Amino acid sequence: MTIDLSQFHDAFFDESFEALDAMEAALLQLDAGSPDPEMINTIFRAAHSIKGGSATFGFGEIASFTHSLETLLGELRDRRISVTQRISDALLKSVDVMRELLLSAKGKQPISMKFVTDLQSEIELMIEQRETLDAPAPVLGTVAATAPADAVEWDIALRPGPDFFAQGIDPLRIFRELAALGALEVTAHLDALPDCRTLEPARCYLRWSLRLLSPAPEAVVREIIAWVNADCTVTRAGHAAAAHPAPVVPAVQAGSAAEAGSIRVGVEKIDELINIVGELVITHAMLNQTSRGVTGPVGDALRSGMQQLERNMRQLQESVLRTRMLPISVVFSRFPRMVRDLAQRLEKQIELRIVGETTELDKTVLEKIGDPLVHLVRNCVDHGVEKSALRAAAGKEATGTVILKASHRGGNVVIEVSDDGGGLDPERILAKARAAGLVGPHETLAPEQIQELIFAPGLSTAETTTDVSGRGVGMDVVRRNIADLGGKIEVHSERGHGSHFVITLPLTLAIVDGLSLAVGDQTYIVPMTSTIESLRLTPSQVTCIADGREVFGFRDEYLPIVRLYKTFGLTPRTRVLHEGLVVVVEGAGRRIGLFVDDLLSQQQVVIKSLETNYGRVPGVSAATILGDGSVALILDVVDLIRIASLREAA
Amino acid sequence: MNSPANQTTAAGAQVVTFVIGEATYGVDIPCVQEIRGWSAVTRLPQAPADVLGVLNLRGTIVPVLDLRLKFGSTDVQYTPVTVIIVVSVMGAKGPREYGMVVDGVSDVIDVAPDDIRPAPEMGAGGTYVRGLVAVAGRMIVLLDVNQLLGAEFPAVDPEDATRAA
Repeated sequence: MTIDLSQFHDAFFDESFEALDAMEAALLQLDAGSPDPEMINTIFRAAHSIKGGSATFGFGEIASFTHSLETLLGELRDRRISVTQRISDALLKSVDVMRELLLSAKGKQPISMKFVTDLQSEIELMIEQRETLDAPAPVLGTVAATAPADAVEWDIALRPGPDFFAQGIDPLRIFRELAALGALEVTAHLDALPDCRTLEPARCYLRWSLRLLSPAPEAVVREIIAWVNADCTVTRAGHAAAAHPAPVVPAVQAGSAAEAGSIRVGVEKIDELINIVGELVITHAMLNQTSRGVTGPVGDALRSGMQQLERNMRQLQESVLRTRMLPISVVFSRFPRMVRDLAQRLEKQIELRIVGETTELDKTVLEKIGDPLVHLVRNCVDHGVEKSALRAAAGKEATGTVILKASHRGGNVVIEVSDDGGGLDPERILAKARAAGLVGPHETLAPEQIQELIFAPGLSTAETTTDVSGRGVGMDVVRRNIADLGGKIEVHSERGHGSHFVITLPLTLAIVDGLSLAVGDQTYIVPMTSTIESLRLTPSQVTCIADGREVFGFRDEYLPIVRLYKTFGLTPRTRVLHEGLVVVVEGAGRRIGLFVDDLLSQQQVVIKSLETNYGRVPGVSAATILGDGSVALILDVVDLIRIASLREAA
Repeated sequence: MNSPANQTTAAGAQVVTFVIGEATYGVDIPCVQEIRGWSAVTRLPQAPADVLGVLNLRGTIVPVLDLRLKFGSTDVQYTPVTVIIVVSVMGAKGPREYGMVVDGVSDVIDVAPDDIRPAPEMGAGGTYVRGLVAVAGRMIVLLDVNQLLGAEFPAVDPEDATRAA
């Protein structure tokens, strides 16, 4: 009976891509000149686990390529070749090649092998030329601190679990690799083997004892068994069994990303949990309302019970939401490579500083924030930071700095992208905006308003369109993507001192902090991130301009009043402006005053899609369920502003 | 009750009948999720007149269609005895749930396939009438809820649907 290995392919690919990310991260830190042996080890382990897996699953090209790579890494690790720029470039390139190979194997697509074989021959050439590349470096605190010169006897006990084969591990491969180090004696223990009728072929019943006589250092021996997820001990023969269990931690978790044991869970399972908890919150709110009507001692007991329940539920909700959270390093990790490559191509000296990469946020937010961030960082590198000569002339350090920072602030995640480059040029932006017809020829704008213009569609201030940025689509898309996530972006810039972009995002897309508003018999929720202020207008504050459009003065500007009951076709409790309230809301850089009957409360609401069963509703982003079980619509402020401006234009 | 039935009524299949004005209609029982009394709905801006709004059905937001308005009644009232039939139909992305407001639910009856008479040509909109069946002297109009609600609530662009999800 053969085991269908293809069922394990997904796990292999997932792990391999993670291993590649770990490799890339370690390679980038290797740049500094004197290589950290631990970094080389991390890279080596990652390459090794990909090689092992790909050989097991029959991806010959990957295995062959990683084999060459591993040989080179081995030479680096053993200090027979030292890390040069050429080598680190080749290694980075091989990460790309391996990624391509894995992608093509995953999609079962053929791939042009030319550049694979080219790079492979280059790597093999480097290994051959090691004598001429440079003299062997002295052994300084190498990995194998206990490297013995003479052959040592190693006792290895391998006690795999029943699902050993199902993990796609071929013990024969391990034995062969160990045998390559020296004389190997393998004893298989068959005592747990059941008879043929009850034997499950995919289950592992075997244990092995191995005795290896080899001069290889302990680290090398451990390396070979490191990626075996099994109980495994390595001891020097004759020594007391100071049995270190073999590191069960997969190679990808080496380095800073090390964490406690984890399991892979499908996102849909977590989402289901989040939904159920959302239900619980709603049911609780309903019960809470009912319990208020109960009098006497029973009512008191009931209410204190409800309070306890509420605390537990909040904790449950937070814990469940946290399971969807990932550290932002998942997104940040691509930037060191990107900035390095870009800076090289643009002949600039740029240092990227990353702060707060352990800040966690929702997986969906994380997936969607990547592209906007790439855009911002590219802009900083391309337009922000000047070339060294220019920087020197301006009395700055030759090396520019781009800072990527994430932090928690209140219930939000704040991501800042800043550079110490030239900053925004208000005159040029204004000139461009006038040329594009975004600003009237005689209109004067405050400095902040000019900076806001960079988010306007169709405005690129790049003097020349490079392949890096400046294609005219850009900051407006960035702002829209961020608004889609319920967040906002602001820019602060000072001429000559760089720019500073601040993105504020909700922690999660499942819950929104909202203000509930009443219009007629309906309740609406407006997200707190969109609300500026609510106020009661006096008749004198309101000015009627042509055809019934009303505006009011608010902090040095005039804002249009949007009567929500008109937009939504409702019967309000009042049509008189000073009897109701105006809520100033902001979306996509514009503000309007929403006229409503009343403000009800501020509350966290669970977001429910309207589109599962119905469809898009203009001016509405989603729905939620209130404490009394009724449905309230969540306003889409950006869309409301769009509707209002359409009406204005009409 | 979870799987919406798309197949035609098989031998001895059951049909839930309900009344709107003077007429009696029927839908296949596997489509029917539940029958509930009237409760206030949340209005949807710029929705068609017969789409009353949305309702919370155990955490799912369910649109409610007043079948009486759709079938041409003008004088409709919402009282505690007004009934919402919650049905499940198969959409492009899985089952979708809708509420249909009717005057009252009358019965569950067995219908043999041979008893179903084809509907006379009714022009536009007639596609959701699957056939007619006479039971105890009454004419029952069998409705195809997939056709009926599929036309009312066209499938949402899947790209769009991910925005608020």
